[in-house]
Amino acid sequence: MKQSLTLGKVTKFMGLGFLSTLKGLFTGKLDKEEFKTFLRKTVVPIASILLFIGLWHMGAKSLYNIEADHKIEKALTDQGQEAAVALRACIASGESGCQPNTLPSPSQVWDSYKSLLRDHNIIAADKAAFIEKTAALNETRTAQGLDAITYTGRPSFVDQIFRSLKTVFAGFLLALFIAVPLGIFIGLSPTLKSAFNWFIQIFKPVSPVVWYLLVFMIVKTLLIGSNEDSSFTISFISVGLCSMWATLVNTAMGVSSVDKDYINVAKVLKLGNFQKIFKVVLPSSLPLIFTGLKITLSVAWMVLIAIELLAQSPGLGLFVWEEFQNGANDSNAKIIVAMFVIGIIGFLLDRLMLTIQNWVSFDKTDAI
Amino acid sequence: MAYLELNNIYKTYGQGDSETEVLSNINLTIEEGEFVAIVGFTGSGKTTLVNLINGLIEPTKGEVLFKGAPVQGTSHERGVIFQNYSLLPWLTVGQNVFMAVKEAFPKKSKTELNDIVANYVEMVSLTPAINKRPKELSGGMRQRVAVARALAMKPEMIIMDEPLGALDALTRGNLQDEILNIWGQDKRTALLITNDVDEGIYMADRIIPLRPGPNATLGPEFKIDLERPRDKTEMNDNANFKETRNAIIEYLMDIGDERKSKSTVEYVLPELSPKDFVNQFK
Repeated sequence: MKQSLTLGKVTKFMGLGFLSTLKGLFTGKLDKEEFKTFLRKTVVPIASILLFIGLWHMGAKSLYNIEADHKIEKALTDQGQEAAVALRACIASGESGCQPNTLPSPSQVWDSYKSLLRDHNIIAADKAAFIEKTAALNETRTAQGLDAITYTGRPSFVDQIFRSLKTVFAGFLLALFIAVPLGIFIGLSPTLKSAFNWFIQIFKPVSPVVWYLLVFMIVKTLLIGSNEDSSFTISFISVGLCSMWATLVNTAMGVSSVDKDYINVAKVLKLGNFQKIFKVVLPSSLPLIFTGLKITLSVAWMVLIAIELLAQSPGLGLFVWEEFQNGANDSNAKIIVAMFVIGIIGFLLDRLMLTIQNWVSFDKTDAI
Repeated sequence: MAYLELNNIYKTYGQGDSETEVLSNINLTIEEGEFVAIVGFTGSGKTTLVNLINGLIEPTKGEVLFKGAPVQGTSHERGVIFQNYSLLPWLTVGQNVFMAVKEAFPKKSKTELNDIVANYVEMVSLTPAINKRPKELSGGMRQRVAVARALAMKPEMIIMDEPLGALDALTRGNLQDEILNIWGQDKRTALLITNDVDEGIYMADRIIPLRPGPNATLGPEFKIDLERPRDKTEMNDNANFKETRNAIIEYLMDIGDERKSKSTVEYVLPELSPKDFVNQFK
């Protein structure tokens, strides 16, 4: 039963079906119907993106003008005519010191993106040089039983992204390991269900900020006397606790609502409890469990920013906060860059989960 | 001692006012090696009866005796073919059968079990589809997998709950022959629940109509004295067949009419009289 594995099938499986249409366009194998789908699925989104950027540009420009007028007006009333003329000239010249601080335009954001990348390259080179320089020294230090010297310079934007991803995956795994087994037990036993129901109903709507404070209270006490930086631990535990509810509820629901026919089959075949759970109940509730996990991952990524910000744990959240506090000329643009990066990574994570879900679920619409 | 015995079975669902008696006073004996068909209307409690015999539910009153011992829970001795196939969609044909075989013969080695699986899948001529999932199969093929799964456990008795109900007439005919073939090989006891009188006559030794529920009970039995193997086309001209068929259908139609004419609900009409229009305008 070997079936061919084509690029088209794989991309469709991952929810990226438009890629194969794009391929068809370049290879010239596209009929009228397909061309229409191509228009709808590729051209229309691109057009709407361009429209969005255009509107953003115009909006940013008008905000810029309002802010500039206000600044000049203020200079006129506070410092007099001369200062106002000087400020107007300064704004017109584009000098960074006197630019109005408002929503950055798309081109400013793009520039910031490039400068962040440049910054990353510089830091990466610096780090590589540092590691090379200390390699020999570290060898002797480890031989002597001393701690190796590590690079403690400023993390670049890309480093922050990876720190955030690390935190979110740690939190996600925590949620997975708590919520799935617990959900299975709750789904299987009506007694446990009524025991846990109030707990779930009350703690599900609690805000990430409060979860952070709760975890902070507990972890702080537990880690008394240790010099370790607890910010990472606190933030990933908070992320996990915030996001696990969707999985918990979905797993419990999936397990408790297995088709009666399958349960009858399990009874007639006289499957043992272990067999029944692993061969019948779990496979049949997998689609719901995965829907829960998908929600959990996206919630985890969403609350991560707020929690990193509070916990002062390095990552995109802290980056955004620091840029806001920084108030430099391009800080606003950098915040917008971070916003897009957060959005795009969230989208990719969602697609990743969708792919895994399609992979393990028996209800495949496009089986490879 | 009868092979399977149902003594004064009553089954009620619900409690208090909403209590309904689905089955009442069911008495049935099946001898070893016999093929019995129970024919009845949809909704007459056939599935409840089957579940009582295979041990999925317990009677409210009365007892089900299998080889002299009361039925308690399901058993590998009684194989069940469900109405809606009930295959596990995440397992392939082979895996579905394998799961059953592994439970039935826990002591056999994996190769032996695989041989049994291959054997029975071959028997229902699904070897080319052994690695397919139920979703990729037609209704008839799925039911054949269910047949293979039930038979591969080598049950002493096969209980079939409208196994062919959801299939088209042609597939139905083929599968009837296949089931009869397999049954004929080692003459296990079989109980077929069906809503098709012709199917019952073609396959069974005895036909017992189930009077429609609530309070469903078994009607008088009809013996089918036709030589096996039976031939469908010849059967149509057989005087004996026609007679039995007409008798059963007449019986079922009669109780059907009875059910229609006998309404138990009494409609209380409000006491109303027409208004006196003339006096109203005075």
